[in-house]
Amino acid sequence: MTGLVALAGPAGAADLAAARMQMALSLGWHIVLACFGVGMPALLLSAEWRAIRTGDDALLRLARQWAKVAGVLFAVGAVSGTILSFEMGLLWPGLMGTYGQVIGLPFALEGIAFFVEAIFIGAYLYAWDRLPPRVHLLSGVPVLVAGVASAFFVVTANAWMNQPVGFVMENGRVTQVAPWRAMFNPATPPQTLHMIVAAFMVAGFGTASVYAVAMLRGRRDRYHRLGFMIPFTMAAVFAPIQIFLGDYAAKFLAERQPTKLAAAEGLFRTGPNAPLSLGGFVADGRLRYAVEIPSGLSLLVGHSPSTVVQGLDRVPVADRPPVTPVHLAFDTMVGMGSLLFLLAAWYAFAWWRRRDLPRSRWFLRFAALSGVAAVLALETGWIVTEVGRQPWVVYGRLRTLDAVNPAPGLWAGAVIVALVYVFLTVATVYVLRRMAGAPREQEPAPRAAAYAPQEPE
Amino acid sequence: MDAAQVLLVVMWVGVTLYALLAGADFGGGIWDLLAGRSRAGMPQRRLIEHSIGPVWEANHVWLIFVIVVLWTGFPPVFAAVMSTLYIPLTLAALGIIARGAAFAFRKASTELWQQRLFGAAFATSSVLTPFFLGAVAGAVASGRVPPGLAAGDLLRSWLNPTSLLGGVLAVAVCAYLAAVYLCDDAVRAGSPELAGRFRHRALATGLVVGAVALGGISVIRWDAPRLFDGLTHRALALVVAGAVLGLLSLVLLWRRHYLSVRVTAALAVAAVVWGWPLAQYPVMLHPSLTVDEAAAVPAVLHATLLVLAVGALLVLPSMAWLFVLQRRSLHDPGAHG
Ligand code: HDD
Ligand code: HEM
Ligand code: HEM
Repeated sequence: MTGLVALAGPAGAADLAAARMQMALSLGWHIVLACFGVGMPALLLSAEWRAIRTGDDALLRLARQWAKVAGVLFAVGAVSGTILSFEMGLLWPGLMGTYGQVIGLPFALEGIAFFVEAIFIGAYLYAWDRLPPRVHLLSGVPVLVAGVASAFFVVTANAWMNQPVGFVMENGRVTQVAPWRAMFNPATPPQTLHMIVAAFMVAGFGTASVYAVAMLRGRRDRYHRLGFMIPFTMAAVFAPIQIFLGDYAAKFLAERQPTKLAAAEGLFRTGPNAPLSLGGFVADGRLRYAVEIPSGLSLLVGHSPSTVVQGLDRVPVADRPPVTPVHLAFDTMVGMGSLLFLLAAWYAFAWWRRRDLPRSRWFLRFAALSGVAAVLALETGWIVTEVGRQPWVVYGRLRTLDAVNPAPGLWAGAVIVALVYVFLTVATVYVLRRMAGAPREQEPAPRAAAYAPQEPE
Repeated sequence: MDAAQVLLVVMWVGVTLYALLAGADFGGGIWDLLAGRSRAGMPQRRLIEHSIGPVWEANHVWLIFVIVVLWTGFPPVFAAVMSTLYIPLTLAALGIIARGAAFAFRKASTELWQQRLFGAAFATSSVLTPFFLGAVAGAVASGRVPPGLAAGDLLRSWLNPTSLLGGVLAVAVCAYLAAVYLCDDAVRAGSPELAGRFRHRALATGLVVGAVALGGISVIRWDAPRLFDGLTHRALALVVAGAVLGLLSLVLLWRRHYLSVRVTAALAVAAVVWGWPLAQYPVMLHPSLTVDEAAAVPAVLHATLLVLAVGALLVLPSMAWLFVLQRRSLHDPGAHG
């Protein structure tokens, strides 16, 4: 059967480019929402839990406000994710027709996680006052667990695209599939850990940014301070861990996907004393205008200058990913990760010394930008992973060109989808900004407050 | 039954639940569209919002479930359907985005013009999405999606009489189911007057569905003879059951037995939904791709079934609990303040 799939032939170059653009746009959009889907429940639950324990009104208002925001983000996250599952087939039937069964298991698991998540988010948001406080708090726990689980499952599928194991190919047909082995492939530990931590950082820094802006504008009451500190603390805890995990991911690449690491580092020549290059771009087959730290890469990969690091010269030109974007994306991610780590350290230091936020306004200014920095690290990290895998969609097995839908006219769909995402972005930002204004303007009467999460008026 | 058949049945249970649950949510959007001017339509819109609000996201996951099971269990079918029908499926996907986002935005927005804008997007996409999904069903059922990547005609595969029938029928069924469920919900929310209105609509759309289905028989006979053959032979019992239950539902509606009509209407739709695969089994894609040929290797089928069984233990009780909460929330007068 899959023989037929192979016969249809490749699509035109414009269609392939359009399909890639559409996929990247949809994924890059969804992933931001997904991070909030993973991280927000943790914030919500900690605020609500403390509110129940202490009876603190500011905490309760925060929890309510975050619940409203989470309601919108979840809805938009869910629809953007649905589009993705369509696009896996609409754009990449050559991938799904052949390998769909190999990566099906994590997606089936993910489907269950989605059910759990959607059911309990519905209950959590709508039944705030119909359940006793503790039961309500408990109903939020599955949302958190399912969010983390779904991030784990879906990233195992992506990890498999990087390390395709657990099947045998016979005459263009997949046989002897070992679905659990495919799911727990070698790339699964580094990628899933790195991604889940990224999600908590994005949600934490992203939420804290909003309150940092408010505090810079002079709103320094308890509500805003807590609104800043809860998410910022969560993100700050993860920031140093993320550096370790990033290092782990890079060492993994050195061993298992050296071509991707070589592209990320702009390394063309194989050998010892490989330098660590920052910035620059590729021209005439080498990296130019980069700042080089001699032997830096060899040291990072093997803790010794004599460690041999594989360069791009080991693969034919046709099998190399585009180097400049991957390299710059990698530098951006690492740069942002380091800056966020420094910011977290500043916060920890001030807290250790004085049990208070750093006094400098500069701290709040940087904190106001931390959300953007975290999203930037997230997106560029994915660019490293996905563009760095090119020209393969399944590393070493299936070229992207052979996976794309051969139907003509894909670019038209891509343009429409891009327009829809522009509109969706504008509308989401607009609605969220309106909501940010809402809680202070209408300090609610107790009755109205009780139904705040579901009533529009 | 072998593993492939079991998985096929499980997938079709997903299709059925999507049709019955999300279908009613779509129908709610259609009635939202027809509820009239902003002020006058407010009570109806509010009722619709309350019966959809807590559950739509969970209902919607059935679609994802079906897609994932299809690509895991029957990958060549998934690849063929998605690639040949990418135009209507892209349109359906856009409808899904517009609908979910607009529903959430409308709830969160405070000004009338915004609520109108998002409300219009919500309602329009509630018509378009089931229409395109119905057209996709018609395309597959009439045998216009051959195996292979984009091997079928990109336009005529879904621009044809059976697809048109599928689209119209899907929209009408959604509207009908929603009207039926809303009768019951309105009574629970303590608003018999609204219930009366939705009763009229349910009766009217019930008749429309019946008429479209009857007319559809001749369309299928002429446009998709293989499907017609299956429906009038192997699946005949289900088709007849669907018709009888449909008639019974009209009678029950007439007599205001809102709770029992909920059941009979759902069963009528389910009978028709099951008629289709029964009519063409074991062929999945015409002319000759059968379930056995399309199925994934046994290891995958077994792992998937195992995971789904464990998942069902988690999901089904929670879902029942959510529906109980939702019905209680309709009861709670405070929820309408
Ligand atoms: C908040 C987000 C964030 C931050 C601060 C970092 N990363 Fe990252 N990185 C990601 C978010 C991310 C990601 C978006 O989540 C990726 C894409 C795929 C993946 O598994 O994680 C990723 C991928 C990724 C990869 C490719 C993995 C692969 O393709 O298998 C490497 C080598 C690194 N990262 C290394 C680092 C290093 C050395 C960092 C040091 C500061 C770092 N990352 C910070
Ligand atoms: C688990 C999640 C993911 C899966 C299963 C996945 C799958 C895919 C597939 C099938 C393609 C098309 C084939 C190809 O170009 O190699 C692709 C491309 C791409 N994806 Fe991912 N992806 C995932 C996550 C992400 C995320 C979160 C981003 C965020 C930006 C991303 C960015 C891209 C980009 C930029 C491309 C285009 C690469 C190119 O053509 O140069 N991916 N992905
Ligand atoms: C790294 C990449 C990804 C991560 C971490 C991720 C994570 C998540 C999370 C946590 C959610 C639920 C949160 C929310 O509703 O906002 C979600 C929703 C969803 N995602 Fe993703 N996802 C990723 C990529 C993908 C890909 C590649 C697909 C499809 C092929 C996909 C399909 C979906 C679907 C269908 C939903 C909606 C579920 C619902 O209705 O609740 N996601 N994703």
